[in-house]
Amino acid sequence: MARSTPEVNGGSLADIAFLLLIFFLVTTTMDIDTGITRLLPPEPDPDQMDQQVQVNKRNVLVVLLNRSDLLMVGGEVMDRLALKDKTIEFFTNPNHSIDLPVMEETEVQFPPGSSSLLPADGMWRGEVSKGVISLQNDRSTTYGKYLQVQNELVAAVNELRNDFCRQYFDKDYEDLNTADPVQQEIQDGIRQIYKMNISETEPKDIGGRN
Amino acid sequence: MAKFRTKTGKGLQAINTSSLPDIVFMLLFFFMVATQMRETEVQVRVKVPEATEVKKLEKKSLVSYIYIGRPVSQLVAMYGTEPLIQLNDKLVSEEGVPYESIQDFVLFEREKLPEADKNKMTMSLRIDENISMGKVDDVKKALRRARALIINYSARKEYREQGRRR
Repeated sequence: MARSTPEVNGGSLADIAFLLLIFFLVTTTMDIDTGITRLLPPEPDPDQMDQQVQVNKRNVLVVLLNRSDLLMVGGEVMDRLALKDKTIEFFTNPNHSIDLPVMEETEVQFPPGSSSLLPADGMWRGEVSKGVISLQNDRSTTYGKYLQVQNELVAAVNELRNDFCRQYFDKDYEDLNTADPVQQEIQDGIRQIYKMNISETEPKDIGGRN
Repeated sequence: MAKFRTKTGKGLQAINTSSLPDIVFMLLFFFMVATQMRETEVQVRVKVPEATEVKKLEKKSLVSYIYIGRPVSQLVAMYGTEPLIQLNDKLVSEEGVPYESIQDFVLFEREKLPEADKNKMTMSLRIDENISMGKVDDVKKALRRARALIINYSARKEYREQGRRR
């Protein structure tokens, strides 16, 4: 009892720590969740079911995936890889074709002084497409194929946004920092110019009979 | 020269291991922080498709998971091979469009979130790429009715060579 407190043996500390380490090593899953975020349309009011929104035919691009995973865009069979360019053409209507969507003169407010290509008040004036993509699928379409098509559509819109953002703000659209209110405003502005207008209609059996 | 004669001298000098616990603890803390415990056991086989436009899911606390896939091989005897829906950790047994199960699930998950985040709840759809859209559409329909409108189609990042356009 007269002895001073003996030193604690620290030799097994490493063993204990190793044990814990190995436990966490084994249980760790490093995968980060990634995916394509989309917004579902709210369920229509039962009273307003009949009031179908009337859209001009030229403003709609019908993307159809049938039961055998064949892709049809605007009435013609198409390869998946060509869909992105087709979508970009549809949304920009470069030649002001009367078959492609109406381009509407629009003003979009950007933060003043954020870009040298904009007037001093930050008001962008230009044409915004009224186009809507209607994505339809069959109940037998495989999900993988469906997501690939979704991906191409999203890729097209992202590319348009990115081009705009690079042209005006010398920056990639994805690199906009939404924590910064100015950049958030830029992002909102670009989203108004290039809307993610993809409507997913109620699927029906479009594949026909066998 | 003298270096090689130590053997005959005092014998092997022990390596100082007193800093070993520190190193191990450092590693330990790294893994503790990086670890995400798998809360749910996935009872269906899911191989998510690949896509190029994927984004990271930022706030894990806002995310609930819906799995759709065929049962894993151990459960085939019990459930057969038809695709099943799993909500976080429960398998859905409801026939047809699972309105009720999903309604309950959404309400339950939404209840867990703080008031300010209730409308930011995200449903991560982890769906096997070979499942037919019928099941997926059922789930989407039920989610619309339950007003859980932010969805995320889970996908792996696919890398494609640049400059394909034009």
